[in-house]
Amino acid sequence: MTTLADSAARTPLRGRRAAARSTLTRGTGVTLGLSVLWLSVLVLVPLGAVVAAAASGGVAGAWSVLTNPQTLAAITLTVGQAALVTVLNVVVGTAIAWVLVRDRFVGKRAIEVIIDVPFALPTIVAGLVLLGLYGPRSPVGVDVANTRAAVFLAFAFVTLPFVVRAVQPVLEQLDPDVERAARSLGASGVQTWARVLLPALAPAIAAGAAMSFARAVSEYGALVLISGNLALRTEVTSVRILTYIENGQLSEAAVVATVLLAIALVVLVALDLLQRRVARRG
Amino acid sequence: MSIDIQGVGKRFGSFVALDDVNLSLPTGQLTALLGPSGGGKSTLLRIIAGLESADEGRVRIEGKDATGLPAQKRGVGFVFQHYAAFTHMSVAKNVAFGLEIRHRPKEEVRERVDELLRLVHLEQFAHRLPSQLSGGQRQRMALARALAVEPTVLLLDEPFGALDAQVRKELRQWLRRLHDEVHVTTVFVTHDQEEALEVADQIVVINEGRVEQIGTPDELYDAPANDFVMRFLGPTTTLAGLVVRPHDIGVVALPVNGAIAGTVRGVHRVGFEVRLTVQTSEAREPAVVTLPRSRWVELGVDVGDPVWLRLPADAARTPADAAHVGGVVGVAH
Repeated sequence: MTTLADSAARTPLRGRRAAARSTLTRGTGVTLGLSVLWLSVLVLVPLGAVVAAAASGGVAGAWSVLTNPQTLAAITLTVGQAALVTVLNVVVGTAIAWVLVRDRFVGKRAIEVIIDVPFALPTIVAGLVLLGLYGPRSPVGVDVANTRAAVFLAFAFVTLPFVVRAVQPVLEQLDPDVERAARSLGASGVQTWARVLLPALAPAIAAGAAMSFARAVSEYGALVLISGNLALRTEVTSVRILTYIENGQLSEAAVVATVLLAIALVVLVALDLLQRRVARRG
Repeated sequence: MSIDIQGVGKRFGSFVALDDVNLSLPTGQLTALLGPSGGGKSTLLRIIAGLESADEGRVRIEGKDATGLPAQKRGVGFVFQHYAAFTHMSVAKNVAFGLEIRHRPKEEVRERVDELLRLVHLEQFAHRLPSQLSGGQRQRMALARALAVEPTVLLLDEPFGALDAQVRKELRQWLRRLHDEVHVTTVFVTHDQEEALEVADQIVVINEGRVEQIGTPDELYDAPANDFVMRFLGPTTTLAGLVVRPHDIGVVALPVNGAIAGTVRGVHRVGFEVRLTVQTSEAREPAVVTLPRSRWVELGVDVGDPVWLRLPADAARTPADAAHVGGVVGVAH
């Protein structure tokens, strides 16, 4: 027996599904089939294979991999540094987006281009640049090689554009009169930020943060040269996976990979939920 | 006096937005700042609100010097052309914003919001988001939001400018009724002379950063101070070196003492009205005369016929500014 609340919650879903079915013609059916096939070959099947490989060692095998101090240290370091970098990006990225949208100055276009460099640059090149500038032979006297700061730096470099590019278009849509309205209603600068601007920008900031976090967790090229990959200290998860593979421990590698996959999924689902909220707001 | 403006000037680079503006707006009135786009009226409104600072001069609100006061301390309600709604808040939350900033008790906020939503006829939309409202509804919400903090003055910047013609007309009549209910000193900016003439107690005509004339709608219409005000308040034409209104000119088909002779060059029917273009001997430019269709039928004149034009003694007129007439000639040829 279904309760009233139950059926009320289910109705829109059913409606949506029915609408989706009714729009399928023969042409779109073929397109949908191809899309699903392509997605499967590229994404679903390999991911399934990784999860299957991880499961091949059984729960006990997986547990022993995850409780291995070196693996645990790598996961903790990766997630921890990625979270720290994401916090930094939220603050700095929002500030950069603000400056780019609201201020006019000489060199603005140059900055617009430079922001995207980490997107375009092969990450190993980024690693080389960082090693050259902040490595043992640093021309500016800053040597972070083989430290956790190097991991942080590499993450920060590759994730810089995400929050900026997510916040910028939303900020451009935001009418400056909204701030003026808040001020004229008696809000101070801080109150205007906290009550009007941040809530309006929050979904965009969160989206940028999620992408920035996911990207940092998966980074390899930018940090492999400068971090030194020291076990228990500066070794990140992606490097750990490679080490397992090099040692022929494929199922162990798959277990760690599955953990990364799970983290990515959680972040992406959170992102999707946020975007639905934004879409509803219109 | 509710708002007192003394010697206010404002420049943007080399552009003079306001030049030595002096203005006193009495308490409780509905005043329109009327003028063409870029004439400085919005800048003046923003200076009163503290959203823009004047380069020189002083602004007093309710007797207190507000010149250096930031916007949030002026006790001014401001309504923007494009609503400036807080899009992530419900309609009720938007209206409650100013009260919550002031940490008023929850119960009081709720009551005041309910009362205001009733006033602007949005009570059934309290829990909607602004994006779910029409333009006119959004602007009424913005008005309620501005009124919530009980401002000493209410300022509206082209409040109906973004709405379509029908809603504009409804809303401006509604604004007049609302003002008669609430009685807060209100200043609104518009470039639409019809809007100003219909709604305002007093009109301030602003052009090129200066005040051209201040007066009631009747004063402005019946005795425009100059050529600019005359032309801005509706259609005009020139007759015997004077700027006059086409519907004020009398037309007869027989010579009369003191009338100016001319020849009909064109007849255009526009709805209930007939527009005659008459070439007189004394002017290079033909004069335009409008008259009701019935009157035209009575006259029985058509293109090529001689007519005589005269201006009644009580008709509004201003001397034609030579430069302006030259401009019109340039356009006509």
